[in-house]
Amino acid sequence: MAKVIVITSGKGGVGKTTTSAAFAAGLALRGHKTVVIDFDVGLRNLDLVMGCERRVVFDFINVINGDANLNQALIKDKRHDNLFIFPTSQTRDKNALKREGVERVMEELKQQFEYIICDSPAGIEHGAITALYFADSAVIVTNPEVSSVRDSDRIIGILASKSRRAERNEPAVDVHLLLTRYDPGRVARGEMLAVEDVKEILSIPLLGVIPESESVLRASNTGTPVVFDEESPAGRAYVDAVARFLGEQREMRFVKPERRSFFRALFGRA
Amino acid sequence: MGFFRSLFQPRPPSASIAKERLKIVLAHERASSRAPDFLPNLQKELLAVVGRYVEISDDMIRVTLGNSGDTSLLEINIEIEGGKLKKGGGSGPALSAAV
Repeated sequence: MAKVIVITSGKGGVGKTTTSAAFAAGLALRGHKTVVIDFDVGLRNLDLVMGCERRVVFDFINVINGDANLNQALIKDKRHDNLFIFPTSQTRDKNALKREGVERVMEELKQQFEYIICDSPAGIEHGAITALYFADSAVIVTNPEVSSVRDSDRIIGILASKSRRAERNEPAVDVHLLLTRYDPGRVARGEMLAVEDVKEILSIPLLGVIPESESVLRASNTGTPVVFDEESPAGRAYVDAVARFLGEQREMRFVKPERRSFFRALFGRA
Repeated sequence: MGFFRSLFQPRPPSASIAKERLKIVLAHERASSRAPDFLPNLQKELLAVVGRYVEISDDMIRVTLGNSGDTSLLEINIEIEGGKLKKGGGSGPALSAAV
């Protein structure tokens, strides 16, 4: 049975699209046929982060309106056979995502894919609610910073009350915390909320900690999901998070300040 | 001067301040977002009933739903100013009921 996962946060700029790209690619690398959908109507960016911006012909709204069929709009990733991208539209009509239309497309996607990753827009407006409505699981992307933690708490509350599972009195959406842009050095100096603090405040299970890393910008610059960069600490942390999502036990890495050798400091890259 | 001060007087860690502030604001927000819809109406009706016996204004009654261990606690606090009884009702400084 296909599983719908929403990547959400409430707050903008915390790493939802980076996480959506990395998570989808990570699931594909583990052999699962996965599609990642951009729900940010009017502010399309997943295509850039996935490096397929020049291959967009039809989009989500075209399929909802029946102007194109699903297979015309899906973009097959060139790096991995299991990975597909479903771009959104650049229309300025914020309400173009009609719930019935989205539901129909979701049902069709469930026939073809094992995992459907929904990249939510920021905020708690129509687009964000539509992105989380059909979710079976949610990844709450949070930065160790007060406004992000507060917004995450809000979105967790919305998942518990406004999702389809909540409306139908079905088992609740299972929510996971993904802490991104984590800087263990600053945490050790008491300058940044620690992973334990955020876990305690939000009281949801921890899926992973993604360290602040130069490789994330490098990945988006080149349109490559960061999990394809095997050297990258962030990429490896995402691979671990995907493994945990699939039920594996993995030790949390990158949560303690790294001691870098003199030579790595001189010649290495983050 | 600023440089020397920063060397010798390290600022207190701000992460613990962030944690405390978050705990307080979220406790407040969670309580208000999970409050059932009937609370404002209950408050209005209580106000009407109590108002028949004593002089009372909107801000003198507070209805909150909290938690105490495993049980939900509906807390109703009514402030009554001593001398302003309408009829021979209760004369205590405050009525408090927990259901």
